[in-house]
Amino acid sequence: MSEHDAMNDGAEANALTAREIELREQARSGPTIPIEEFRRRSRRSFFVGAAGLVAGGVAWRWVQTQPTDDGIPQVLRSALEKNEALWSTLSSSRAAPEYPASKATPIQVNGRIGIREAIDLEDWTLRVEGPDGDILDELTLADLQAMPQRDMVVEHKCIEGWSSIVRWGGVRFRDFHERYADQVGDVPYVGLETPDGEYYVGWDKESILHPQTMLVLRQGDDPLDQDHGAPLRLATPNKYGIKCLKRIGVIRYSNERPADYWAERSYDWYAAL
Amino acid sequence: MSHEQTVIGPQPVARLVHPRAIRWLHWINFPLLAVMMWSGLRIYWAEDVYALGIGDWQWFAFFPEVVYEKLDLNRHLARGMAFHFAFGWLFVINGVIYATYLAVTREWRHILPDRNCMGEAKRVVMHDLRLADDCPPQGRYNAAQRISYTTVLVMAAIIVVTGFAIYKPSQLYPLPLLFGGYQGARFIHFSMTIGLMLFFVVHVLQVARAGWSNFKAMVTGYEIEIPAGSAASDQLAGAGGSPPLVESGTEAEGAER
Repeated sequence: MSEHDAMNDGAEANALTAREIELREQARSGPTIPIEEFRRRSRRSFFVGAAGLVAGGVAWRWVQTQPTDDGIPQVLRSALEKNEALWSTLSSSRAAPEYPASKATPIQVNGRIGIREAIDLEDWTLRVEGPDGDILDELTLADLQAMPQRDMVVEHKCIEGWSSIVRWGGVRFRDFHERYADQVGDVPYVGLETPDGEYYVGWDKESILHPQTMLVLRQGDDPLDQDHGAPLRLATPNKYGIKCLKRIGVIRYSNERPADYWAERSYDWYAAL
Repeated sequence: MSHEQTVIGPQPVARLVHPRAIRWLHWINFPLLAVMMWSGLRIYWAEDVYALGIGDWQWFAFFPEVVYEKLDLNRHLARGMAFHFAFGWLFVINGVIYATYLAVTREWRHILPDRNCMGEAKRVVMHDLRLADDCPPQGRYNAAQRISYTTVLVMAAIIVVTGFAIYKPSQLYPLPLLFGGYQGARFIHFSMTIGLMLFFVVHVLQVARAGWSNFKAMVTGYEIEIPAGSAASDQLAGAGGSPPLVESGTEAEGAER
């Protein structure tokens, strides 16, 4: 850039000129080709462009016309699975932040699938099933209240996009699981269902044994109300709310990936955050 | 500058203004961003809480029902997420290649504004709105272009990072904190989308204004130029800092190039 320096040695007004020259050189920094070559390349570029348009259109059609897998094109379903494989490999042990209790707010009632009719909480029991379908346990509310209790104040995130900081109280699933760990062995999945079987979710073992996955009995200081899944629901800040089954009737250890209400309706089976 | 005169005769030549990689990445980005916006709006539909206004007074709510209907956004949250989280990777990969290319080839110097650009950009805008006759000197891009292209790149980076923050807020914690938490990141992610849409509108208008040869250059890479030393270029040089003359004459000045 010695040319520029030479010019800058002159009067102050030359500063602008130096910049103009620099800009000019920038504008002319690309190589040139003769007009005939330009015409030839232009034709080729437009041909390639047209081919690219067609290829893009074909690829888009291909995605749209794929056979569906639980409501979405197979290739997208497999992309969701690969995403989960990637993220769970990257950082399976990460946890969501917890907040001071003062930050907790009421949470809106969003879904009523499986809990439309109120039930008599006195009659409610929780059935625990092993992978072979044998009943491992039949628990009452008092049984759950007798287990080690925890509180967590976490951000509950709905798949729709809203979120609330909620104070949940209850039994961590991993503590609950200890009662059955020896019996069920290394089972990869857990399925949960409402008593009427209308709403059901599937969990991988690693996620459900995460310290922030909780069988919830209380919201704030009060027992859960029926709209929020009394007497027992699931909660976690690490998956969308669609995975947090209300009014749990059955907990089933499973060797196969359990059916999942929303995964059958086009959503990601893992719904992990 | 005399060496240019000796190398190139008075015949018009074509000069490379958009390298091949930039052209490919630009055109691949366009449909990818379109798919991301369309699927993203299907996700936004499920909790469409943002509006322009002051206090309780809403001037414009995102979005009017007609938008949802015309773009088929209603009740497609699950499909929206599936497309968004698959095509998002392609958008990110394309963007990373683009940023790397700019860095390695130093092409960024054509885009990144320098300290004169702020003042010049005002004059460019005045010129483009036909409120001023003269136009400041420019390199490959004028000052307003350099500012807006750089802004768009920054916005694209923000949209990717906030996207990851709301996609995996637990796994990537404390990333959402950078944006005021999960909801803050969601709001910024949406705002960047609107920003990119506004850029797209201005971009297309300016391309239309700049004319066919300018558009063609983004396809072919080359623009016709009267080389230095010819009568036409001497006239231009007298005007000072004008961009190289292109086929379409007057369109060379100011507009999107």
